[in-house]
Amino acid sequence: MTAALDVKGLTTRFETRAGHVTAVNDVSFAVQPGRIMGLVGESGSGKSVTGFSILGLIDAPGEVSAGAVLIDGIDLRQLSDEDLRKMRGRKVAMVFQDPMMTLNPVLRVGDQMAMAVRVHRPMSKPDALDHARKALEVVGIPSPAERLKAYPHQLSGGMRQRVAIAMALLHSPSVIIADEATTALDVSIQGQILAEVRELADTTGAAIVWITHDLAVVSSLADDICVMYAGRIVERGTAEQVIGGPRHPYTQGLLDSIPALHEPGRKLPQIPGSTPQLSRLPEGCPFRPRCPRATDLCRTEPPLDVRDEQAVLCHHPLERA
Amino acid sequence: MTDPILKIDAVSKRFTRKPGLAERMVGRFTGGGKPITVHALTDVSLDVAKGEVLGIVGESGCGKSTLGRVIAGIHAPSSGSVALNGRPVADERHGTVHKLTTQVQMIHQDPFASLNPRMKVGETLAEGPRYHGIIPADQVRARIRALLEQVGLEGAYADRLPHQFSGGQRQRIAIARALAMQPEVLVLDEAVASLDVSIQAQVLNLFMDLRHDLGLTALFISHDLSVVRHVCDRVAIMYLGRLVELAPADQLYADPRHPYTQALFASIPTVGTGRGRFEAIKGEIPSPIAPPPGCPFHPRCPFAGPRCRAEAPRLTGAGPARTVACHLNDGGVNMQRGAA
Ligand SMILES: Nc1ncnc2c1ncn2[C@@H]1O[C@H](COP(=O)(O)OP(=O)(O)O)[C@@H](O)[C@H]1O
Ligand SMILES: Nc1ncnc2c1ncn2[C@@H]1O[C@H](COP(=O)(O)OP(=O)(O)O)[C@@H](O)[C@H]1O
Ligand code: SF4
Ligand code: SF4
Ligand SMILES: [Mg+2]
Ligand SMILES: [Mg+2]
Repeated sequence: MTAALDVKGLTTRFETRAGHVTAVNDVSFAVQPGRIMGLVGESGSGKSVTGFSILGLIDAPGEVSAGAVLIDGIDLRQLSDEDLRKMRGRKVAMVFQDPMMTLNPVLRVGDQMAMAVRVHRPMSKPDALDHARKALEVVGIPSPAERLKAYPHQLSGGMRQRVAIAMALLHSPSVIIADEATTALDVSIQGQILAEVRELADTTGAAIVWITHDLAVVSSLADDICVMYAGRIVERGTAEQVIGGPRHPYTQGLLDSIPALHEPGRKLPQIPGSTPQLSRLPEGCPFRPRCPRATDLCRTEPPLDVRDEQAVLCHHPLERA
Repeated sequence: MTDPILKIDAVSKRFTRKPGLAERMVGRFTGGGKPITVHALTDVSLDVAKGEVLGIVGESGCGKSTLGRVIAGIHAPSSGSVALNGRPVADERHGTVHKLTTQVQMIHQDPFASLNPRMKVGETLAEGPRYHGIIPADQVRARIRALLEQVGLEGAYADRLPHQFSGGQRQRIAIARALAMQPEVLVLDEAVASLDVSIQAQVLNLFMDLRHDLGLTALFISHDLSVVRHVCDRVAIMYLGRLVELAPADQLYADPRHPYTQALFASIPTVGTGRGRFEAIKGEIPSPIAPPPGCPFHPRCPFAGPRCRAEAPRLTGAGPARTVACHLNDGGVNMQRGAA
């Protein structure tokens, strides 16, 4: 089966006052149709830039400097601007933390959805509205016909995010990239949306990249997980592998610091130090100054160690029985 | 309860404000410019024991921050009272609230917003104690350095500006600033919510150390149930301005009694439970401007009966040291008493 999304060696740099920084560094992963890939990492690790880079939305002073992004086998990076624009929205769509990045505040939900439908597909406005209504239904919006007449600000935050997801679904894209899409929502509303996203992947076969800082969310939603640190994917595998048997010291450290996995009141194991600035990365492995397993060898670039599809970028990965 | 230091008695807090643009457009039913009343807190009673860490949990808008501010004396309650060691924490005269104590200090979610960007950290820390004469002038400098060390920073950081610190360090500074006032009670309002997990663990460890070393009493406000479980002795669950369940943390997590608490626990993703297990609570959170009649949870509650739509449940005992506001715990949901 060809992957719906195949990212190979994606590298994105920014020109800053402190010189070049590599925000996304040789990132590779693939997502099969109907699967959800959780892209997880702490703030500044490069998750959003990865999402934007996939969609070709990096502007100066940034630049995607290397790599390929294949959607249904077509390399987006080889397309003309015109063709790329056609792919966006039709084959690949993005959902942001703030739904107002997608929604136009001065247009009714139905009008803007109908416009979005007709950009890529010639059909009558009533047909487009009908198509929009169905999309709202898919994401669990009650009385969708009425919501079509509403302005975005007349909806709650959770409803607005559902509308943004419905917009992303309009053209049945092969790939959906969601960046912290439920982070700003309440847990009960987040729970509803996660359940719907799971069903969406299962029923429509869309491949979903779910970007979040929240390990609990990826652990219960995703089929596969990529862990990012300082612009690199340091561990990649199925959710069971990465959560149940992490091999990278950083993944292990992250999981260890989650209170839910410890007896209440006990001191939490903590990763010393803080996330590094990209302009001041140590040579070799970027995690070295904080890593309990670091040796002199870690001053050199860590190799990719692959075992049973679980890949880690590390000189001394944890051994699992 | 052994030694209640803080008594919150039947506190309600209503805010009256002009409707916003969106509300005027949406809610033509409000009659245009008529003031809107928000029921932020309704009849909340709580005792907090000396040395206790009480968690306050609930979804956004349920009144957690308002409760924290009422306890810190920043807001005066619309009715009811808050007393620390028997004395009121605030007093409202001619519409102006006067904070009567420095013994309750609040720590907020965003450490950067709460620090003056142009003031050296040492100055920021010294401001309060100096103004209130809490530390003798000739000892302020030494004391500030000691405080910075106590929260895991270097004393020399006193001469730096806030922007030179990371998020986790800034939150340590905010904690040091609160401690500089030598408070009896800390109110932490989502104090670790914006920190990355690895940094969050560091700050939680610091909080647990300080709590033991200084014998602090604290209200720990958070929407994160696993963090609350880790650091709190007792937990209060709030919904739409009301206290719906109060129990020792171990009992609450082992056996939640209120249908909302149960639903909240079930809808939260946790690490390691495997994928695809969301039992989402149906429906939306109702508006505190027009809270539903009867039990505020009834439009979303799987157990709701006729009584729930008509009568607000009281907090009643559900075993030693725990209370629940649900008719299921108080005679059942099918009685028609007071029904419309
Ligand atoms: N426009 C930009 N110019 C310079 N650096 C940027 C820009 N956008 C992002 N970065 C840098 O790229 C890194 C990764 O950012 P981002 O992808 O937003 O992180 P995440 O989403 O994981 O929190 C950060 O260090 C950030 O400072
Ligand atoms: N100063 C204020 N003026 C008007 N309404 C307020 C004010 N502070 C809080 N509210 C309202 O009171 C309700 C409770 O808010 P809050 O205590 O901030 O909840 P939480 O902290 O649980 O999210 C919300 O509906 C909020 O909009
Ligand atoms: S390469 Fe070395 S420093 Fe980096 S994570 Fe592995 S053991 Fe630690
Ligand atoms: S009082 Fe009724 S509606 Fe409210 S939580 Fe209990 S059963 Fe549900
Ligand atoms: Mg981001
Ligand atoms: Mg709040």
